[in-house]
Amino acid sequence: MHFQYVFDNFASLFIGGLVFGSVYALIALGYTMVYGVLQLINFAHSEVFMFGTFATVWALWLIGADATTMGVALVLSIAFAMVASMITSGGVALLLERVAYRPLLKRGAPRLIALISAIGASFVLSEAMGLRGAIASALGLSDTLGRYVARSRENLGMPTDRTTTVQFELFGYGVTNVNIIVVVSAVLMMVAADQFIRRTRTGRGIRAVAQDPETASLMGVNSTRVIQITFLIGGMLAGAAATLYMLHIGATRYNAGFLLGVKAFTAAVLGGIGNLRGALVGGLVLGVAEGLGAGLFGNEWRHVVAFVLLILILLFRPTGLLGESLGKARA
Amino acid sequence: MSETTTTRPAARMSWASSLRSSLGSRLRRTPRWAQFLLMVALALFCYLLPLLEPPVISTPGTDFGAVLFTVSIYVLVAVGLNIVVGYAGLLDLGYVGFYAIGAYTVGVLTSHHATWPWLLSLPAALVVTMISGVLLGWPTLRVRGDYLAIVTLGFGEIVRLTLINSEWLGDARGISSIPAPPSLPLFEIPHLDWSTGVPLVDFSDTTTFIEFGVTDPVPFYWLALTLVILVLLADKRIKNSRVGRSWEATREDEDAAELMGVPTFRFKLLAFALGAFVGGIAGSMFATRQTFINPESFTLLISILFLSAVVLGGQGNRWGAVIGAIVVAYLPERFRGFEQWRVLVFGIALMLLAIYRPQGLLPPRRTVRAQRMEEESQALEVGEADPDAELATAGPVARNPVDDAPVPPDEERSPRG
Repeated sequence: MHFQYVFDNFASLFIGGLVFGSVYALIALGYTMVYGVLQLINFAHSEVFMFGTFATVWALWLIGADATTMGVALVLSIAFAMVASMITSGGVALLLERVAYRPLLKRGAPRLIALISAIGASFVLSEAMGLRGAIASALGLSDTLGRYVARSRENLGMPTDRTTTVQFELFGYGVTNVNIIVVVSAVLMMVAADQFIRRTRTGRGIRAVAQDPETASLMGVNSTRVIQITFLIGGMLAGAAATLYMLHIGATRYNAGFLLGVKAFTAAVLGGIGNLRGALVGGLVLGVAEGLGAGLFGNEWRHVVAFVLLILILLFRPTGLLGESLGKARA
Repeated sequence: MSETTTTRPAARMSWASSLRSSLGSRLRRTPRWAQFLLMVALALFCYLLPLLEPPVISTPGTDFGAVLFTVSIYVLVAVGLNIVVGYAGLLDLGYVGFYAIGAYTVGVLTSHHATWPWLLSLPAALVVTMISGVLLGWPTLRVRGDYLAIVTLGFGEIVRLTLINSEWLGDARGISSIPAPPSLPLFEIPHLDWSTGVPLVDFSDTTTFIEFGVTDPVPFYWLALTLVILVLLADKRIKNSRVGRSWEATREDEDAAELMGVPTFRFKLLAFALGAFVGGIAGSMFATRQTFINPESFTLLISILFLSAVVLGGQGNRWGAVIGAIVVAYLPERFRGFEQWRVLVFGIALMLLAIYRPQGLLPPRRTVRAQRMEEESQALEVGEADPDAELATAGPVARNPVDDAPVPPDEERSPRG
């Protein structure tokens, strides 16, 4: 126990936690929305995120951005990478819904069966990424795809310049530009998603299906479409989170999704699964708790803190901090 | 209007289930002594398998005995996990945690911190895993079905991360030089050699009965197989007892079971503890054979492979679990070139099974019967089945003794699966 260390570095642990937490929160939104609509843990959502991280790097390669790209060009290429990542993740999420969930929903399968299908889908997606080299060579495309499929089991780093500059001091902690970008864009995305659910016609449809799918479809809501849109939005937010993650961490690999996924799920449960604002609160709380826990027990216990927190919440307050509700008026 | 919807599932079910039920009913109609002899013959064949090394089944490139040992460990695990997932209906994604605890207890007691004899460390390991099962189950079994899956997943990861981080447990390097069980070398048994096409007794390649050495995995396989048989026998007894029926009731409808006076929480806890116990046996056998363990062997992936063995075979059927385990453990060893595709293939298999055959390759008899009942009652609602069919499917419980409606013999026997 390093209490002294935690007291001395409280600001840096706290703010570092907030930055991580906002990435968790963005991924958590995907879990929370799907759970709100389908009462289903989308176990493969972490893989949707993982595809986003790869799409970010590939998009940067594609437009030739590298460590020498600076200034406006850097901002533009990262914005392009984020759009590409959101499209990729949204696409993967739609595919997932089509292949792994819709056939089950049609048959009215029990929820545990859906979870098993989701686990299968999760392994398929992460292994497909890990085996992309082998798949490409089986198709005879290794040379055409080149570095996109090379060393598919290893870490893939961000190609752009990752030096950060301190913008201002906050309680003795230098806040960097990347920290600001990550937190601000995560919060913006979340506000946008929240407003979309609350104000638009489609959002009303999503809330209606979450509340009562049968009545909603009697009222003329196309529930299949609503489910698709839910997956799409969740996937796009995960794609945005993936680019922010790559800015912050700078490397990914085929199995990077799992840990992030479990943590984002923890964040969703912590805030109250099915509750959009809960995901934000849960993500930030989890990030800070993890940061402080890592300071207190040593960095190697960082992940254990998150898992223990997950178990404790499920035991003592399974409805989370803000309560479960996507269908409720407060959304 | 629903003519198509009612006949289609029946047609889809038919080929597999009719083959199965005809095989199953024939097996059940054979006299008890014949069944017993059949089982003994099967067991004997399993014991002799590593010595026979039959050409198609045996694995080129890897030692056949070692593969059989791995398979029997997976069978143990699958039968144990089947108690939790299949009988009690609790989705456990952290089963590898118990496996790890079993392995590490043996490691710590025999080599890392003490020098207990192996025979003493085994029961100790089982007690420790059982306690850990109760400790995990006591608080967590109150949460809902899919939350339970995530909690157990968290447990498995906590165990693994603790093993990596804890210096006392040898951190990421793990524990080495775990001793073998005591040997009793009596005589040598030669293997068969098929290299010329005809089986020849090869006296240069022998297995000592019983010597647990590093080079020859066959005695370890025999030990594991013996444990498998013991566990299967115990499993059969428990499944057919009040405990097994309570599990089934709890799985089907927890509230109804509770109302009928089944203390569901206690039985779920028992399922957890027994599952952990069997996992502990498998883990300690694994540690003993490997003589070396590290946290790498206990990842979430292994948990998922265990789970896919149970789901693949058919949750709730012990023979289904056995076959699932054999498929999961044996096929990748037999077709070594495809090893890197293993996880991908199992992921696809899990998805396809969930969608097309959620009851698994070999579903328990009860599930088959329940499904048939549902189909026929549905047919009855639309008015295309005769009342006899309803009586037949309702089984012996609902049957009026005065009524002499034709009841297929297969349905009349064994009120529960």
